[in-house]
Amino acid sequence: MIRWLVAAIGLSIAATPVLAADPIEIGVGYLGRAGVKPKLSLVELPAENDGLAGARLAIEDNNTTGKFLNQHFKLEEVRLKDNEDVAKAAATLAERTGFIIADLPADDLLKAADALRDRGTLLLNAGAIDDRLREQDCRANVIHVAPTRSMLADALAQYLVWKQWKRWLFVVGSHDRDKLYADALRRAATRFGARIVQERIFEDTGGARRTDSGVTLIQRQMPVFTQQAPAYDVLVAADESEVFASYLPYRTWDPRPVAGSAGLVPSSWHAAQDQWGAIQIQNRFAKLNSRHMTALDMQAWTAARMIGEAASRTKSGDTKAVSDFLKGPDFSIAAFKGRRLTLRNWNLQLRQPILLVDGRMVVSVSPQEGFLHQVSELDTLGADRPETKCKLR
Amino acid sequence: MWRWCLIFGMTAWLATATPALAFIAYVSNEKSNTVSVIDTNSWTVTKTIKVGQRPRGIEFTRDGKFVFVAVGDDDSIQVIDVAKQEVVDTLPSGPDPELFALDADGKILYVANENDNTVTIIDVEKRTRLGEIQVGVEPEGMAISPDGAILINTSETTNMAHFIDTKTHQIVANVLVDARPRFAEFKRDNSEVWVSSEIGGTVSVIDPVKREVMKKIEFEIPGLRSEAIQPVGIGMTKDGKTAFVALGPANRVAVVDATSHKVTKYLLVGQRVWHMAFTPDEKYLMVTNGVSNDVSVIDVAAQKVIKTIQVGELPWGITIAQP
Repeated sequence: MIRWLVAAIGLSIAATPVLAADPIEIGVGYLGRAGVKPKLSLVELPAENDGLAGARLAIEDNNTTGKFLNQHFKLEEVRLKDNEDVAKAAATLAERTGFIIADLPADDLLKAADALRDRGTLLLNAGAIDDRLREQDCRANVIHVAPTRSMLADALAQYLVWKQWKRWLFVVGSHDRDKLYADALRRAATRFGARIVQERIFEDTGGARRTDSGVTLIQRQMPVFTQQAPAYDVLVAADESEVFASYLPYRTWDPRPVAGSAGLVPSSWHAAQDQWGAIQIQNRFAKLNSRHMTALDMQAWTAARMIGEAASRTKSGDTKAVSDFLKGPDFSIAAFKGRRLTLRNWNLQLRQPILLVDGRMVVSVSPQEGFLHQVSELDTLGADRPETKCKLR
Repeated sequence: MWRWCLIFGMTAWLATATPALAFIAYVSNEKSNTVSVIDTNSWTVTKTIKVGQRPRGIEFTRDGKFVFVAVGDDDSIQVIDVAKQEVVDTLPSGPDPELFALDADGKILYVANENDNTVTIIDVEKRTRLGEIQVGVEPEGMAISPDGAILINTSETTNMAHFIDTKTHQIVANVLVDARPRFAEFKRDNSEVWVSSEIGGTVSVIDPVKREVMKKIEFEIPGLRSEAIQPVGIGMTKDGKTAFVALGPANRVAVVDATSHKVTKYLLVGQRVWHMAFTPDEKYLMVTNGVSNDVSVIDVAAQKVIKTIQVGELPWGITIAQP
């Protein structure tokens, strides 16, 4: 009897650290707009859970680690309908979670950030690439995990210049965000020594993206549209609205490669990325979601992993402790890009290499060799500290 | 009779060995799907053995008769017969094996399976799986303590060194280290275990009794971005006085005073240096250079690179037979 008792006590002592108190619950919100973004190519149509699926995987990864630290992460998903008020939804979500991963358009993101300003909630921008969110419109309670348009443009320009394709025929869409991307590409050309030999506007005259005999028409339109250009090395297209760029490869008047919004495209992630252990996350993602991992999935994964990483380093689920660690000098995160990612402390943008992909393969990863920087080569991508307009408030 | 044989054998061995002891090194070439066999007397590749897909972790068996090589994309560990210099058998390893550790008797093999967050335990003789241990995300580095009581596994995305009791197969401690821990190495006297963090850029020195990080070794190379310094493989001399750390794309091996934990020198090797192995006499250290497709030979006493040997594409792991 005594022997049994002793054994039982021994067991309970040995087991104590494992069975300690209830785990610390760490809530992570995901706030996005419902609805599907249009794409010219059927194979690129995003899944309904684009982004969210990445966050779900990161929560699983965080919980595997959390087992050993007595931490448990829980994802709370909110998809806004068309006219739903973002500030209200964000405030409701913030009552339950200290961290919100946001996949919102720029204006919505700002509304959410301002609504939560006094609450201490930390927003992690996984979706919006607008430079202004990190510059004149930056906020102290928003960390940007998505790259900016200028980071994407610089990544592409470095490669084109390295390849000695310095003369660009530049085609720009007629929508606002096409123009924003065009601005970023123009800036990149000037920065890295490329030259725009001519600029053309592709007017969106409306019409369906999918028609039964569309190809015949496109094959007549695109060569004509690119006719009589001055001598150029590469056609660079700015078409975030998905109106024309994907029609350009193989159809230009002169036999030239296409880059920008079609052809060689800069992106934070691609399903073909397999270097630096990436095959492991690709496999985990496919197993969980039965599809390929997109850039938005990766951005959301990284955002949720950043929270997990900070929670394990600080051994805390406290919003302030985690936020302070993320914004502090000791934070870095591994995200299968061959080097650690850190935050630019002047505007809370995550530094990251950018992949250049052709739709099937990763062609290269920027920054390119030889583009040097006194602090981090990653700061050759996007707006750098001396040029920032951000005042964190 | 035996004694005579032995004496005769010893004399013959001594006679041939006096100029320089010849050892055999096996190098896994991740991209070529081959293993290069190197003779350390002539420093030449004497044979290239075809193996399965994506060979990485590689280790001699204790008797020196076989070499185990983890072929990750084939989800198995292949067994190379050293006499025949060909693959003769396969062990059931679990999905995507990368690194593994053999226990002191050479009877139990512990395999890190990157794809499903487990460590698989294999009975080498019976070729059967004895069990699995759930660890953190992306298990990689494996090391067994000199007394055989503790198995260390590092998990690359969880960023921990898991201490596993080899008797109960239970995790007894988890030590948080810097990002992407890839390799673990014990000092022979069990006083320290070192864990390299590839993305964090440091080596954590862990007290195996307290199971706490005592110290972090940092590396700084003038003119080189800190992001390029990515420690992976670690080699330590038997006396525990000197350690060598492969720094990946920094293309250098750091020489560390293992007592003071201070870096004393950086040796320029080939591109993207991964792993390393000493010759049994500890005269030489051989390191694999992934991107330049070669192996650098370091003279341990002189702390100098004396030779480069071309091998297959993307050399990764290396093991050298004990005499």
